[in-house]
Amino acid sequence: MATTDPALQPTAPTTGRTINEFSIQVATVNGSGSQTANLILIRSLFQMGIPVSGKNLFPSNIAGLPTWYTIRANKHGYVARKKEIDFLVAMNAETAREDVQTLEPGAGVVYDEPLNLKALRPDLSFYPVPFDKLVAAVCPDAKLRRLVRNTIYDGVLSYLLDIELGEMEKALTKQLAKKQKALVLNMAALKAGFDYAEATFGQKASFGAERMNTTAGKILIEGNQAAAIGCLMAGVTVVAWYPITPSSSLCESLIDLMRKYRIDKATGKATFAIVQAEDEIAAVGMVIGASWVGARAMTSTSGPGISLMGEFTGLGYYAEVPAVIFDIQRVGPSTGLPTRTAQGDLLSTALLSHGDTRHPMLLPSSMRECYSMAMDAFDLSERLQTPVFVMSDLDLGMNIWMSEPFPYPEQPLDRGKVLDKATLERLGAWGRYKDVDGDGIPWRTLPDTDMPAYFTRGSGHNEMGQYSERGDDYQRNLDRLARKFDTARTLVPKPEVDVVADARIGLIAFGTTHWAIVEGRDQLWQEAGLATSYLRLKAYPFTDDLAAFIDRHDRVYVVEQNRDAQMVALMRMELDPVRIAKVRSVLHYSGLPIDARSITDAVLAQEGLAVARAAARAADAPNAAGVGGE
Amino acid sequence: MTTSTGAAPSPGRKLNRIGLDVSQYRGGKTTLCAGCGHNAISERIIEACFDLGVDAKKVLKLSGIGCSSKSPAYFLSQSHGFNSVHGRMPSVATGALLANKTMAAIGISGDGDTGAIGIGQFVHLMRRNLPMVYIIEDNGCYGLTKGQFSPTADVGSTLKNGVVNDLPPIDTCIMAIELGATFVARSFSGDKKQLSALLKAAMSHKGTAMLDVLSPCVTFNDHEGSTKSYSYVKDHEEPLADLSFVPYFEDIAIEHEEGTTREVVLHDGSTIVLRKLDHDYDPTNKAEALRVVRETAGRGEYATGLLFIDQHKRDFCTTLNLVDEPLAALPVERTRPSRAVLELLMDHQR
Ligand SMILES: Cc1ncc(C[n+]2csc(CCOP(=O)(O)OP(=O)(O)O)c2C)c(N)n1
Ligand code: SF4
Repeated sequence: MATTDPALQPTAPTTGRTINEFSIQVATVNGSGSQTANLILIRSLFQMGIPVSGKNLFPSNIAGLPTWYTIRANKHGYVARKKEIDFLVAMNAETAREDVQTLEPGAGVVYDEPLNLKALRPDLSFYPVPFDKLVAAVCPDAKLRRLVRNTIYDGVLSYLLDIELGEMEKALTKQLAKKQKALVLNMAALKAGFDYAEATFGQKASFGAERMNTTAGKILIEGNQAAAIGCLMAGVTVVAWYPITPSSSLCESLIDLMRKYRIDKATGKATFAIVQAEDEIAAVGMVIGASWVGARAMTSTSGPGISLMGEFTGLGYYAEVPAVIFDIQRVGPSTGLPTRTAQGDLLSTALLSHGDTRHPMLLPSSMRECYSMAMDAFDLSERLQTPVFVMSDLDLGMNIWMSEPFPYPEQPLDRGKVLDKATLERLGAWGRYKDVDGDGIPWRTLPDTDMPAYFTRGSGHNEMGQYSERGDDYQRNLDRLARKFDTARTLVPKPEVDVVADARIGLIAFGTTHWAIVEGRDQLWQEAGLATSYLRLKAYPFTDDLAAFIDRHDRVYVVEQNRDAQMVALMRMELDPVRIAKVRSVLHYSGLPIDARSITDAVLAQEGLAVARAAARAADAPNAAGVGGE
Repeated sequence: MTTSTGAAPSPGRKLNRIGLDVSQYRGGKTTLCAGCGHNAISERIIEACFDLGVDAKKVLKLSGIGCSSKSPAYFLSQSHGFNSVHGRMPSVATGALLANKTMAAIGISGDGDTGAIGIGQFVHLMRRNLPMVYIIEDNGCYGLTKGQFSPTADVGSTLKNGVVNDLPPIDTCIMAIELGATFVARSFSGDKKQLSALLKAAMSHKGTAMLDVLSPCVTFNDHEGSTKSYSYVKDHEEPLADLSFVPYFEDIAIEHEEGTTREVVLHDGSTIVLRKLDHDYDPTNKAEALRVVRETAGRGEYATGLLFIDQHKRDFCTTLNLVDEPLAALPVERTRPSRAVLELLMDHQR
């Protein structure tokens, strides 16, 4: 379809229109203020009751480099990134041509008129929009146009995709409630875009939105914000951090929350301390110092910071001091791709620091888990007297996700084994590193109490906490720490297991990979009749459920977002060879969030079923041209 | 530093104002070399705490790694201690004091621990004015790794094997003054009287009290050619004033002879008395302090005593506007917001 003369076109939806199953990609220049416009799109779809998700693919740059935002609406509730783009908004001259070339046949393209894209492909629908002209009309002040220009495409999409204008206005009002002037200008731009599209294009796009009823009561939130709320509810009192993408927004959200809700009413003073430290070494050092004295303390960082935290993490492990550390994972060794997502820090974090070390890791995959695992992390860390890592990632932490609202925590805090008078009397005598309960967890004492003091050290010590270089003391301590790690197995959240009765194949995933698995399993079933069971890991160390799951299946695919199959490497350390022989890997490490299609194709290929699927797909869509992919 | 009153002294053993004898301020037996300056400093800390009637339960001992950093095991065994990692004690101390600001903290570092691997954390500790006593046991070398030069070694100073240091030293006192520490002193482990007075004053100060204490390493850096040996420091120590300390709880009239003494009254009411030596030295004058320390160092001498004090700058816990109670001891009712708050937060996201 080419652009059409409005005068000649009826305003009726295209026949055979695809409803509530499409993805929109907005390609802009970083710093051009498209954030609000994209949020309006997501919000209005959400308000229409349609399941929606958004992925911000942004550069490590403040202004000038290309950036893409993809929004997916899906009536089945699939929220993983979709590989194929159905609708492109091309605002960036630099990438427009390449962006157009990668589209699937039949896709629609709204573009800035001077980019002149419509001659590029005959199999797409093009909608040129004179953004500069339209914005000049609604925003006389040239300096403000940048803030308003993008809202025009919202109006255009409202018309073309039937995203209700009323919902867009509502979303805009919510977004700009405190900025009246900006609100008025943006409202006008929204209307201008809609009117222009209505007057010019007439015919609507072959994709469209229709009201559904799936989002009532739900919230839209980013994982870092959810985790910050979790830390707030966990009663954190000392926070130390050093800015790094994609983790900064966690502590920044937490600062806002603490300032609002944790100022003592009677005195106006803070029931918390937040320090922007000089680096991640200092940040984790402060957390360890505070936890040692008995405060709930946390830090948040990403890969480079985790590397710097190594030595202190080893101290926390060996001297047995709690610490809660969020790792919002990003891509790569070294600086890597700071604004792209991965699950690449598993192995280095699980074993962070020299000597024999092991650290529990929690693996959230949803907003609810970013929230609840933040609280779990504090409980576990104090119970186990050891650093606990929450392994989020950029996709989870910085993108917007739908969620059920968070439940208020009903459990009391678990502050762990802190010695008090009654316990001391029961035990008779106390040694800081004595395993009196058989679970490998000793009792600790806190300063400023009337319990005995001890000298905390990362150098060799015996059960009484005294300096010791004796081999037997060291070995006894290390064996107890291993016992403690086994206790951790019984305390960490158990995996979520979905066993399908006849499935010979099992899938294992964790974190954000979960959402692509949900969709991939449906694809495997629908396209190749392949039934799969699924185990979603929620924590390391592994629980017994893992071995049991492998035993039930002929082959198990562990799907993860790194090159080296790091989770499989951790499994290899503790599973017997018979089980490991059943394990295969599906790996994704492009920096973009994993998508279902990649998983489906990889599993089918390894199962020797790829050919069958390709044939089935060709039969489904006999007219599809062979363009697309990424 | 918090002090509390206890039982009245009984005759016989010498007891302090809270009824303890000095042995209750001791720690484990030292494993440092006999004659090591660090041991002398531990002794002075024990005495100072005894004299002030410090409640050991209200003290945190912190250190990095090195011979010096082992010292906290050798004093105040009734206090909690943390021998952390090399150069990073400031961050542990920061977290600890934020968690419980009612505690007093004594940090022990070495010149390598502070001046090399830990210089970054040192810088930021000084900036923040965390209320603690920070002692550098300065021997110009790395004792624990067997005698390599540290960043405080002077140009031209030699190792035992004759190797000459050709890089300029870091002066931790000058750094501390410039960075915002509010109590900066230099002393010598062999100068009992001055060091005792300075330690007590430091413990009575509200803010970071940074003491660089020259503390000869008898094993690796006490030879001819070293500028950190006993004999060199002894011969080149230049006290800026004759210093004494009068704690707030002692009712001693300070002799006034017009123009010969200066008094600095500390936050808790204790007084540092500076008796004029060659010339009048005003430790509240930052520019003067920097000039004098530099000039003295330029002559190959060590200016010792209270170099600088600022009693007006807010300490870190005050800056952060912390509640009066220790954060670590707040009950969940005060740290977990109500159901209504969570509901409100959820509403914002709808
Ligand atoms: C990360 C790290 N690097 C190196 C060391 C080895 N090391 C231990 S103590 C020390 C130097 C100590 O010198 P200083 O702080 O001056 O203390 P001293 O022993 O002289 O009292 C070094 C380099 C270490 N413990 N940790
Ligand atoms: S080696 Fe030097 S610094 Fe270490 S204990 Fe011996 S004398 Fe002291």
